[in-house]
Amino acid sequence: MDSKLALYIVKRLLLAIFTVFLIITITFFVMKAIPGGPFLSEKSPSPEVTAALEAKYGLDKPVFEQYITYLKDLLRGDFGPSIKNRGRQVIDLIMEGFAVSAKNGLIAACLAIVIGLVLGALAAVFHDSWIDKTIMVLSTAFVAIPSFVVATLLLLIFCITFPIFPANGNVSGGLVLPIISLSLSPMSYITRLTRSSMLDVLGQDYIRTARAKGVSNTKVIFKHALKNAVTPVITYVGPMIAYILTGSLVVEKVFAVPGLGDFFFSSITNRDYPMVMGTTIFLATLMVIMTLLSDICYKIFDPRVDLS
Amino acid sequence: MKKDSNALPKKNPLSLQLDLSSFEKATDEEKFMQQRMRESTTFFKDGMRRLRKNKIAMICLCVLIAIVLIITFVPMFYPYDYSTQLGITPGQPTDSSYKNLKPFEYGETELKRIEAGENIFPHIFGTDSLGRDYAIRVIYGARISLVVGLFASIIVLIIGTIYGSISGYYGGKVDLIMMRIVDIIYSLPDLLMIILLSVVLNKTLNLEGTFLESLGVGMISIFIVFALLYWVGMARLIRGQILTIKQQDYVLAARSLGASGGHIIRHHMLPNCISVIIISTALQIPSAIFTESFLSFMGLGVSMPMPSLGSLASEALGGIYSYPYRLAIPAVAICLIVLSLNLLGDGLRDAFDPKLKK
Repeated sequence: MDSKLALYIVKRLLLAIFTVFLIITITFFVMKAIPGGPFLSEKSPSPEVTAALEAKYGLDKPVFEQYITYLKDLLRGDFGPSIKNRGRQVIDLIMEGFAVSAKNGLIAACLAIVIGLVLGALAAVFHDSWIDKTIMVLSTAFVAIPSFVVATLLLLIFCITFPIFPANGNVSGGLVLPIISLSLSPMSYITRLTRSSMLDVLGQDYIRTARAKGVSNTKVIFKHALKNAVTPVITYVGPMIAYILTGSLVVEKVFAVPGLGDFFFSSITNRDYPMVMGTTIFLATLMVIMTLLSDICYKIFDPRVDLS
Repeated sequence: MKKDSNALPKKNPLSLQLDLSSFEKATDEEKFMQQRMRESTTFFKDGMRRLRKNKIAMICLCVLIAIVLIITFVPMFYPYDYSTQLGITPGQPTDSSYKNLKPFEYGETELKRIEAGENIFPHIFGTDSLGRDYAIRVIYGARISLVVGLFASIIVLIIGTIYGSISGYYGGKVDLIMMRIVDIIYSLPDLLMIILLSVVLNKTLNLEGTFLESLGVGMISIFIVFALLYWVGMARLIRGQILTIKQQDYVLAARSLGASGGHIIRHHMLPNCISVIIISTALQIPSAIFTESFLSFMGLGVSMPMPSLGSLASEALGGIYSYPYRLAIPAVAICLIVLSLNLLGDGLRDAFDPKLKK
């Protein structure tokens, strides 16, 4: 079994590495296809200045040579200089924004997992009661509604109509709404996932045995049932991180949080191409790693899963 | 000579012909037992019956029909246009009183005409910062969103079905290679790639002079992106279906009669996975609408002055303190459309293919 697991991990790892390589390649060549280059703006500099700038950033070389250089730089963690923020490295800007986004994202992810598990377990335990029905209606709604719509509606309700929270993500208390709007959809998904796997588990023989032996109800639910019901949730952690990261792109715009999404947004409108490339590659790599980890964890935690 | 109808032809001693005299006729009572108690029902009718019992799905269907009726017919008689800036008439000074009207307010010239006894259609949701009637912009936005959702799903449907059925039917090495490609595309972070491609296509596509120009670059790039990335889920699903159907005896029979691969796929396999195809297409529409509004919200979707629900929400964000309803209306509209499409899709799945339930 162990050699099978190792083989699976190696296979997934190779696929992940290839995916990251593919993402870098696609990003690079697709961005190179944009006509005009990054120095084209309203007040175009003279041809000499453009040529000098291109020589400085290595843009005068053949595209393939630029690609090899870019790959080599990436291996050293160098995403090149930002074009609109003169004198700043892309990687520094990304790290600066990511520090903010990662904190929010982590809180949102933890919130989603904890509340999602509790609500899902509740819905399963009180199956077919009004608690179950309310939870299911709400979670169905929140799974479907995109995070930026949730964010705008929350902004309208809690900042404009009833000014409880500040609309600006910079001040204290301003991060409450962005975190809630990021976590609502994954939370609802986890709730549904936990509910269905919990219902499945609660019908199994060993739960009846535990009950027959006189184990208290809370202990049966939390120790015997929930432990086995959480495994499907593990597979969702990877996609959830991806969802939260892309969701943060727009949620940060809505609440003016100075995170990575905000940088990404302004770099798209500013045509800061190295920044767009760097952020895309950075986020995509992160997502691939997260999906890989959650898939491998799932196989390790649940020995029943078929590895073939 | 008249032939007796009950008379038997001469029996050949070696034939297996039955002797009718050893049978007796069925009585009326026995005949009645053979009658069908209920009309036999087709697969489609049965599914529709089950769907009709699902209250939530029916409510969603009604909401969707209402929305579709509104976005098709209201623009026909609505007196305002989504791109006309009211108060700007050539040869006359611009009337800025039309900008940022609250709901049911009128511009100055309109007020004068009302005093003169004219009947003027109210601006139900007011106007935007450029003096365009907001209600018609929302209606057009919803129209764009639904059209994008529908066409993107059709693209996904066509590519996914062809790819999945070929991969599933031919199996072996073909299947292996085709599915590896799917795996790789599947592992790409879709929204990020979409944003990237939209950024680039917005800059590179040149549609001037073609009939696609009226659609706008943003819309075309959304379709291209869907055609490139989103079909993989559908392809996997169809392949799985084809793999099970391939084992059936009627496929073997068709093949032994000399039917070609294409014929078998088209006439024997695809009709048998039609329910899966319909259901996943129905669930694809809201996800396409989600992507479109997401991109438009980021400023990468439809091009100006064409509105989309996402871009309307994005524009309204600037004036949120003065005009909060302008953000609320498109946001609620997106919720309504996406939610009812999702619930209807779930209902369809339960009605037509209970096995597919997660």
